[in-house]
Amino acid sequence: MTIIYEETGEESGAEIPQQRVTIRVNGRKVIAEVEPRLLLAHLLRHGMGLTGTHTGCDTTNCGACTVLVDGRAVKSCTMFAVQAEGREVTTVEGLATQSELHPLQEGFKEEHGLQCGFCTPGMMMAAKALLDRNPDPTEEDIRWGLSGNLCRCTGYQNIVKSVLWAAEKLRSQSAG
Amino acid sequence: MTQALDEIKIGGMGASRKRVEDNRFIRGKGNYTDDIHLPGMLHMEILRSPVAHARITRIDASRAWEIPGVHLVLTGEMMATRNLAWMPTLSYDTQAVLATDKVRFQGQEVACVIADDPYIAKDACEAIEIDYEPLPVVVNPMQAGEPDAPVIRDDKENQAGNVIYDWEVGDAEGTDRAFEQADMISRLQLHYPRSHPSPIECCGSIADFNRSTSKLTVYMTTQAPHIIRAAVALVAELPEHMIRIISPDIGGGFGNKVPVYPGYVASILASILLERPVKWIEDKTGNLISTGFARDVYLDGELALRRDGKILGMRMRTLADHGAFFSDAQPSKFKIGLIHSTFGCYDVPVAHLAARGMYTNKAPGGVAYRCSFRVTEAMFFQERMMHAAANDLGIDQAEFRRINLVRDDQFPHRTPLGFLLDSGQYGACLELGLKAVGYEDFLREKEEAKKKGRLLGIGISTMSEPLGAGNSREYDILGIKMFDSAEIRVHMTGKALLRTGARGQGQGHETTWAQIVAHELGIPADDVTVEEGDTDTAPFGMGTYASRSTPVAGAAIAMVCRKVRAKARKLAAHLLEVSEEDIEWELGRFYVRSAPDRGVTIQECAMAAYSNMPDGMEPGLENNAYYDPPNLTWPFACYIVTVEVDPETGVWDVLNIVAVDDCGVRINPMIVEGQIMGGLTEAFAMSNMQFITFDSEGNCIGSNYMDYLIPTSWETPGFELHGEVVTPCPHHPIGAKGVGECAAVGGPAAFVNAVMDALKDTGVRNIDMPLLPDRVWEAITERHDVSGAPPVRSDG
Repeated sequence: MTIIYEETGEESGAEIPQQRVTIRVNGRKVIAEVEPRLLLAHLLRHGMGLTGTHTGCDTTNCGACTVLVDGRAVKSCTMFAVQAEGREVTTVEGLATQSELHPLQEGFKEEHGLQCGFCTPGMMMAAKALLDRNPDPTEEDIRWGLSGNLCRCTGYQNIVKSVLWAAEKLRSQSAG
Repeated sequence: MTQALDEIKIGGMGASRKRVEDNRFIRGKGNYTDDIHLPGMLHMEILRSPVAHARITRIDASRAWEIPGVHLVLTGEMMATRNLAWMPTLSYDTQAVLATDKVRFQGQEVACVIADDPYIAKDACEAIEIDYEPLPVVVNPMQAGEPDAPVIRDDKENQAGNVIYDWEVGDAEGTDRAFEQADMISRLQLHYPRSHPSPIECCGSIADFNRSTSKLTVYMTTQAPHIIRAAVALVAELPEHMIRIISPDIGGGFGNKVPVYPGYVASILASILLERPVKWIEDKTGNLISTGFARDVYLDGELALRRDGKILGMRMRTLADHGAFFSDAQPSKFKIGLIHSTFGCYDVPVAHLAARGMYTNKAPGGVAYRCSFRVTEAMFFQERMMHAAANDLGIDQAEFRRINLVRDDQFPHRTPLGFLLDSGQYGACLELGLKAVGYEDFLREKEEAKKKGRLLGIGISTMSEPLGAGNSREYDILGIKMFDSAEIRVHMTGKALLRTGARGQGQGHETTWAQIVAHELGIPADDVTVEEGDTDTAPFGMGTYASRSTPVAGAAIAMVCRKVRAKARKLAAHLLEVSEEDIEWELGRFYVRSAPDRGVTIQECAMAAYSNMPDGMEPGLENNAYYDPPNLTWPFACYIVTVEVDPETGVWDVLNIVAVDDCGVRINPMIVEGQIMGGLTEAFAMSNMQFITFDSEGNCIGSNYMDYLIPTSWETPGFELHGEVVTPCPHHPIGAKGVGECAAVGGPAAFVNAVMDALKDTGVRNIDMPLLPDRVWEAITERHDVSGAPPVRSDG
C-alpha cells in the first residue's frame, strides 16, 4: 500500500503501480511511493505511523480524520495522498511542541472536552482552523465551525467551552 | 502536629479532578485497536449480503484467490468444517458467523478475505461471485407473526414460526381487577424506533496466534474482555489460559461493543490458519448494518386511574423486533432486559407485563444502547403514558407526578413487577426541576403565545433507572454471575497499581477509580495507576455497560482498599508499638487514640510491609476483592424540556433543558456532568432525527452518516444541570449510584412530551420518534397520530 522513504529519495521496487508524492508533514519533508488510490488518512496513519488521525465513517461525515492542509481543515479520508503533493499537512501530532501543549489541547483537558478521545484530534484540528481565521469566536461561531465533526460522548457543550478557553489563551498570548 | 489530609487536594471523592487519560488523547497518542501494528500483520475484509433474505445457491471465490497479495478466502463452508459456521449468542440463540445456507438480513457476513493490505482485501471481496435466490422478506414483527410469513430461522429444530419468546411478569388477575375498579382507563400505543449506538470508532480486532507458544492474543474493541475470553474458549475450543484478550483504548461503546461479532471470530480463525496476525477493522456501513442495534419495540399499555389522579394499576404488552438472530446482550433470566422496571418510580399497586419477541430479516443485536437493558423503552413508554394520562384526566403534568411518585418514607420500595428501589428524594428532584425551568411562568407564557399563534410546549420526564447488575442471584450472562472485581498493589513507596474487571470507553475510569483509592486509603490519586482491559492481568469481571462500573467495580475498589487498610492497620500497630485496638484511622494516617500526635502515614505502612513487618506477617500490601452487589442502584432523574413548534413547517426548537440528576454520591462531579450532557444529547438525537429503518425489501435506511443522522454541535442545544439532590445509595460502600445513561434513558420522553404539549389543542395523542418536521406538520395539519418509523409506516 505504501512505501516510505523519509528524506532519502530512494526508488520504489514494488509491484503495485506507485506514484511518488512529496509532502511536508508537521514540518518535515516526506517522500512516499503510494498507490494513486491511497487515501491521505491511510498514508498518515499506516504509512507514517501518525495514528492520532482517526478514521471513523469513510464518508466525510464524522470529521475524526480532520487535518490541516495548507492551513485549511480537510477531512483526510476523502483526499487522496497524491492530492497532497507539495502541500503542507499538519496533524494532531504537530500541535504541541516537545515541551508545550497547544492551548487547544490544554483547553480540551481543562474543560472536559473529551471522553473516549476518538473524535478529539479531528475536533482540535477543525478548531485550530477556526481560530486561525477567527481568534475571537462566539459560542455560535464555534458550534457552526465544528459542525462538520461528530462526537457521541460529550454533547458538545464542553467542546465549545474548550475552544473558548483556548481562544482566550491564544489572544492573551498574542497580546502579551 | 500532623493534620488530616484534605481529600479534595489529594484528588479524592468529590474532586473535579482533570482526567489522566486526556494526556494521551489530546496528543493523538491514544492506542485504539486500529492504531496497533504487529510485524507480519495481514488485513481482513468482510463481504456482506446485499439482500435481506435469500438462499445462497453458489459461491465462487476462485477469482479472489488469484489476486496477488491474497492469503486466504474464508466462506461459511470452510468455517463449517471447523464447526465455526455458527456461534452461540449472549441470549442462548445461535448466530451465523459466515452464512452457509441462507442470508437472513442485509449486511450479513458471507465471506472474508485476508490479504497483504485492506485495499487488496476489498478488491478480492468484490471478485467473489455469489448467487442469491431471493426469499420473501419480513421487516417488522407484525409481518413476522402473519400465518403465511416465511420461517426465518428454519435452521433451528422445532422453530415453527417466528416467535422467539413469550414472557410475562406481574399479577394478571389482580391487574384485571384494578382495571375493573378504575374510574378511567388511559391507553397509549407507540413504537420506539430502531436505533444504533454508533460509536465513532467501529468494531475491529487483531488476532495473533503464536504457534510456538500456542497462545492466542486478540486486541479488540470490546467492553467486556473477560466475557469474550470465555466465549472464545467455548466457541473456538481453545484452553482459556491460552487466550489473552486485550481491549485497548475504545473509541466509544454505548453497548455496541458488548456482543461477539462474526468479524472477531473470523479474524481469530484466519490467524490460527495463517499463523500470522490478522487485523479486521470494520467500515461504518458494516458497523451500522450488522452490529448490535437498539430498541425497535412496539409498546402498548394502559393505566387504571382514579378520578383524583391516583394510579391503580398498569398493564403493558411489548412486541420486540430482534432481527434474524436473538443476540441481545442482557441478563439471561430476562427476555427483554429490565423492561419491567417501567413505572418503578411511581407507587403503582399492581401491574402486569407481557412481552413477545420476533425474528425478522433485520440485523440482530438488541444491545443496551446507553441504557441498562431495555430500560430506555421502559422509561420512554412510562413517561409518554404519564403525559397522556394526565391530559386524559385533565390534571396538570407536574401535579399528576406528585400524586404518584414514590414518597421518601416508602423506601425500600417493592414494585409490583419485582424490583426493590433502594432510596431517593423523588419529590425534591421534581420541585427543583420545576423551579429551575420556571414552570408556572412558562405555562402563562405559553398561553400568551398561543394568542399570537405560536406553539410553545413543556415536557416533563421523571424516572428511576435500575443500574449496576447484578446481584448474582438474579443476574447472569450465559450463567456467569454479574459481579465485578478489583485488585490493588501498594508498592513500597506508597504508590499503587489498581486493576479492575471493568473496561471504560470514555467514562474516565483511570481518573475516578484512583479517586476511590484516595478516598479509602489517603493515597493521592496521582500516585495510583489504573489498568483495565487485559485479561492476562486484570481480575475477572463482567465489563463496562449498563452503567454498572461504579455500582459494581467501583464498590469492589472500595472493598479491596478496605482490606488493604486492615492490613496496614496491623503494620501501623507494629510501627507505633501499640495494640491494634488502640489505633484510629483518619484519611491517609493511623494514630494512637490516646496520643493523636503519634501516627504513621499509609506510605510508612507500605514501606514497612516490604521492609519491617512484624514476625509472622506475610510481606507485601496487596489484595483483591470480588463484589456481588446486594441490589441494583436506583438513581433518579427529572428532565424538563421547553420547545417552540413552528406550525407552518413542523420544525421545533428547544428553548430550555433542565436536568436534575440524583445519582447518589458523586466521585468526580466534572465527569458526572459530562456523562449527563452526553446522555441528553443522545436523548435529543432520538427524539429529533436519529433512527434506522428498512424498506419493504429489507434494505437498511441508515447505513451511513449521510442517512443515519447524528446531531452535530450546531443542532445540539445547551443544557442546565442540577446536582443539588444527593441521596446516597444505602447499600453501596461509597454511596454511589450509576449515572452514565440516565439522561439517554429518561431524556427522550421529555422532548417528545414537550412537542406533544405544544400540539395539545390539536387532539393529537402521539407522534412516534423521531419527530421529524414532516411528521409534526402532518400531525398539526391532519390532526391525527403519526405512527411507525418513517418511511415504512406501521402496518398494524
